[in-house]
Amino acid sequence: MNSQNKTIIVTAVVTAALVLVGLFVLMPILGPSLMHPIMVEQMHGSGSSVSTSDLNTDTTRTTNNGAFVISFKSQLDPIAIGSMHSWILHVETADGQPVEGATISVGGGMPEHGHGLPTSPQVTQDMGDGDYLVEGLRFQMGGWWEVKFNISADGVEDNVTFNIILGG
Amino acid sequence: MKKNFVLAGILLALSAGILLGCSSQASPWSEAEVGLMRSLWIGSLPELPPDPSNQYGDDPRAAALGEKIFFDTRFSVNGEVACGTCHLPEKDFQDGLPLAQGVGATDRRTMPIAGTAYSPWLFWDGRKDSQWSQALGPLESPVEHGGTRTQYVKLIQAHYKDEYEALFNELPDFSDESRFPVPAAPVSDALALSNWEAMSAEDREAVTLVYANMGKAIAAFERTILPNESRFDLYVEAVLANDISAARDIFTPDEEAGLKLFLNDANCTRCHNGPLLTDNDFHNTGVPAVAGLPEDTGRARGAQQVLTDEFNCLSQYSDASPEDCNELRFMLAEGEELERAFKTPSLRDVAERAPFMHAGQFWTLEEVLNHYHFAPAAPGGHSELEMLHLNRSQQAQIIAFLKTLSAIQ
Repeated sequence: MNSQNKTIIVTAVVTAALVLVGLFVLMPILGPSLMHPIMVEQMHGSGSSVSTSDLNTDTTRTTNNGAFVISFKSQLDPIAIGSMHSWILHVETADGQPVEGATISVGGGMPEHGHGLPTSPQVTQDMGDGDYLVEGLRFQMGGWWEVKFNISADGVEDNVTFNIILGG
Repeated sequence: MKKNFVLAGILLALSAGILLGCSSQASPWSEAEVGLMRSLWIGSLPELPPDPSNQYGDDPRAAALGEKIFFDTRFSVNGEVACGTCHLPEKDFQDGLPLAQGVGATDRRTMPIAGTAYSPWLFWDGRKDSQWSQALGPLESPVEHGGTRTQYVKLIQAHYKDEYEALFNELPDFSDESRFPVPAAPVSDALALSNWEAMSAEDREAVTLVYANMGKAIAAFERTILPNESRFDLYVEAVLANDISAARDIFTPDEEAGLKLFLNDANCTRCHNGPLLTDNDFHNTGVPAVAGLPEDTGRARGAQQVLTDEFNCLSQYSDASPEDCNELRFMLAEGEELERAFKTPSLRDVAERAPFMHAGQFWTLEEVLNHYHFAPAAPGGHSELEMLHLNRSQQAQIIAFLKTLSAIQ
């Protein structure tokens, strides 16, 4: 009886020790793959208070004061880091009428890193039917990018910001 | 009693099995990390795209002529300096000096050549936008080759006439010393400039055309200088094949840990990304100024210079149409972030290339890591760096990883 108890205790202790050691050894390796992607992002992010998963990454957005509805389509899809490319920007009034002859300026950058766009993109062509060609866009690193447009048409001026999250 | 032993045996075997099973298969890399590693892998480097500004760029005859000019010291004011004087093939096409030494002393570190055909901007400040226009800069710099273009086109006529004419067009006769004086070029030297301005517009254009073609031949040679596979690339290949035990035969635990830090906590891939480990852009990283050198505003000045460069992509000597010059047309020309920003160098072969930074400010990778760790304020403009919280052993691990980026000999 005594020796039987001893065996049970020894078995339990050895098993527990193995499992514990196993966890200690393997956790740093297995840990990251078990974490939720948001946790991984927060661990490795730059300590920003903004969680990029909360950002609105819609490609169609209403301008800040509601004057226009803007959408974009990248000619490089998916957008690759470091490649210069163009977008087609589509501009409509709030009630869905395409806006032609608008004056549009482009800006943006990486809010978390405090720098602007690496290039100076411009609207180079009014393609008609509310479509505009934006040339010279390039994002040279992964992370959260903002691309901002200022649109003026028929005496109305308004702004819109698109959020882009690039992996890598 | 016997039952208990059997139970103990089963439990032990199970735990051992779990341990062994996990440790032999578990990859230390998340899906995102593997994706990032693939993007840095040399296999992700696309085939070299043509340079639309240089129609001779992929002509082997141009490369052969360019290689001869590259190593020909006659193309200098004193007959002692060639491109290959600072760009030594046995040293990764650089010289290992903090500041390049031509016929005089320069203010910057010699840059390596491998892979620059992929870069939209050349020099530490990007004041040139193609390899061929870059090659023409040092030739007329008073502290590098120190000569002028009339001297160089006469040398082409004297020594490379047949090769030149087979490629380009018939050489004009440059022998008339009164029409084609030496020195003569649109440079700061008073004599060379006054001689140049005294020449007829047609003669100046004829000389400059041959001079530009010389640059295109040199670029055709430089296009063939590409980075080679490193131990890091072999490691990535093993990881991509999901063969972790093969990967661990390639990297030591320290090198693997260094790669992990490189991809994550050390933020290196913010700028050192893509298969050449550079974003081809310009950043102010607060690198100290060198005592005794003139103020260096980096990209802020380089951007203005390339816009007005006589050999830029939009110039009459470029073979590109304006639509092929998007890098120049949509270049960021102004802004605070250009102040004292310098080009991100490729990290391929970095450990073979001390000293580091645009004026060779750091002699060791330890000093480089120390700089990134403390992130001091910039001597001009604003540093993009944030202090890294890496201890000594983590810094050593990153250095161990950086050494794996050297080409396999």
